[in-house]
Amino acid sequence: MSKPKVIIGYPIADEIIDYVKEHCELIYFDLKNQNRYEELKSKIKDAEGVIALATPINEELLNYAPKLKVVSNITVGYNNCDIEAMKEKGVVATHSPGILDHTVADHILALMLAASRRIPEQNDFVKSGSWKTMENPSLFSKDINGATLGIIGMGRIGEEVVKRAKGFDMNIIYYNRNRKPDIEKSMKIKYMQMEDLLIASDFVVVSTPLTDETFHLMGEYEFGLMKSDAIFINTSRGPVVDEKALIKALQNKEIGGAGLDVFEQEPIAKENPLLSMDNVVLTPHLAGGTKKTMDALAWNAARCMVETLEGKTVKNIIPEMK
Amino acid sequence: MINLKKPKVFIAYDIFEDSEKYIGEYCDYTKLDSSKKRSFEDLKEGIKEADGIVVMGTRIDDELLQYADNLKVVSNVSVGYNNLDIEAMKKRGIVGTNTPGVLDDTVADTIFGLILNIARKFPKLEAYAKAGKWKKGDSEEFYGKDVHHSTLGIIGFGRIGETVAKRAKGFDMDIIYHNRNRKPKAEEKYGAKYVEMEELLKTADFVVVMTPLNDETHHLMGEDEFKLMKKEAFLINASRGPVVDEKALIKALEEGEIAGAGLDVYEQEPIDPNNPLLKMDNTVTLPHVGSSTLKTRQEMAMLAAKTIVDVLYGRPTDCIVPELR
Repeated sequence: MSKPKVIIGYPIADEIIDYVKEHCELIYFDLKNQNRYEELKSKIKDAEGVIALATPINEELLNYAPKLKVVSNITVGYNNCDIEAMKEKGVVATHSPGILDHTVADHILALMLAASRRIPEQNDFVKSGSWKTMENPSLFSKDINGATLGIIGMGRIGEEVVKRAKGFDMNIIYYNRNRKPDIEKSMKIKYMQMEDLLIASDFVVVSTPLTDETFHLMGEYEFGLMKSDAIFINTSRGPVVDEKALIKALQNKEIGGAGLDVFEQEPIAKENPLLSMDNVVLTPHLAGGTKKTMDALAWNAARCMVETLEGKTVKNIIPEMK
Repeated sequence: MINLKKPKVFIAYDIFEDSEKYIGEYCDYTKLDSSKKRSFEDLKEGIKEADGIVVMGTRIDDELLQYADNLKVVSNVSVGYNNLDIEAMKKRGIVGTNTPGVLDDTVADTIFGLILNIARKFPKLEAYAKAGKWKKGDSEEFYGKDVHHSTLGIIGFGRIGETVAKRAKGFDMDIIYHNRNRKPKAEEKYGAKYVEMEELLKTADFVVVMTPLNDETHHLMGEDEFKLMKKEAFLINASRGPVVDEKALIKALEEGEIAGAGLDVYEQEPIDPNNPLLKMDNTVTLPHVGSSTLKTRQEMAMLAAKTIVDVLYGRPTDCIVPELR
């Protein structure tokens, strides 16, 4: 019996590729190609499985893929997948829940501290040789201990953020579609409507998936409600935030600063005003970016793909397809 | 009617309006023009008739004290007081005070900011993203190291060390520490484990130096200590620069003996612009701002103001440094 043919469209460690090769025939593996998508369209004809990272899996692509059975997403988010189109063609999507929660929560705290304590700005100040006098009151910053943290979207990552924020004696409030009474009790956090949360918070962290309902969840009105010295953090998905409104809020000092890992357009455009703002900390969509976590994500994607193709029960199929 | 003369205070550090006002209620004061660089001449002049002086980091030694005819108290707006020549002050019966407690949380936050920013390669990521160089396809050079579930080694387990341990628990870190005295209560509270220095250096993913600077801790971290550390471990220093042998640190970083460093303090401050630490992208270098949030600086200045008034009016205070009690 011949092995199923698969495509890996993302850089992964050699031992994971070896594992895939044991079970499948790897027909295409190229990651540096800027026209990955075009390339994928031409190669997907024979493929039964694809390991993807943010690759749009839409009807058009699926029309080129008569044999496709599984799209294995490296990430936990899967807004790249047109679920209806996939369902219609009988293609399964898997993702990676649980694996990167800790690493992303660490990144959120790193962004909170970097933005409020102005760490990149101060690092640049020292490294550029601008440090001339001992005291520089213009660089004084804002405490995170004792401040109020508002979390929008209380899933697994939100819970990990709560755990960390408790160690900084933060007051924690949250908004979520459903209330979470267990966490409210065990972590002593308070549920609030979104508007109240925005008004009360010193830090606003968005941690929702991107769906039709969360698209531009944060817009002009929402930023207008925030405190003028509050800091906005987004590591979820770029389009959850109306980026134009965010830029305006920062320029007009309606909010104090931002820590961002995701953007409406990625990679971010060179002309984007966010790039030149001192009170904005930017990382290039690497909230899950530690070696250990990236390897774990790739292993999960590889196993999900192989196990689906072998007809085994796969636990990380996306909820909409279960 | 008895006209009691108010004590004279010389404010040689830029404190905030509310704390200056507080001193003004109880004392006559003069202050250094904060827009000018402080010279020894200015200090000499100011200290001459003063009963008390408010400083931050200014060296108080025999050379200066010989001009201080009436001085009774030096109120230091910081928790560290290695700027005080304890013997010279003792000899003259001058008391020194500091500002313990009010800055613990802010400094612990700085330490955690350094840990997270260096582990997750923020200087590198920021420079890459902000320069508009971000391209599709991640490169492994940007992958950082997980802070959660790693091992934190704290050298010097005082109030700030304990506050760091409290934060570390939320990241599920294993906490080990080395200190002159064991701290059984803190061990229990934070699950911290006491180990010898050598074991700490060999085991920790993050080595946080949190000791005061004195003769015993000068160059506590030197060539041998960096050699004991893991290649993928990081050094964090927000205590005092000379606790670390900076030449040895630079060598350890250049030769890849450790993975990186998060620094708020240096042997020379402000740092020499030619210092090799500034050319490295595996260092986060802060300009000695461990306690520099507006709120904490205001609290520190107010505590220093209250303390100097307390001492001058013979009231009890908790802020006299241990060696001069």
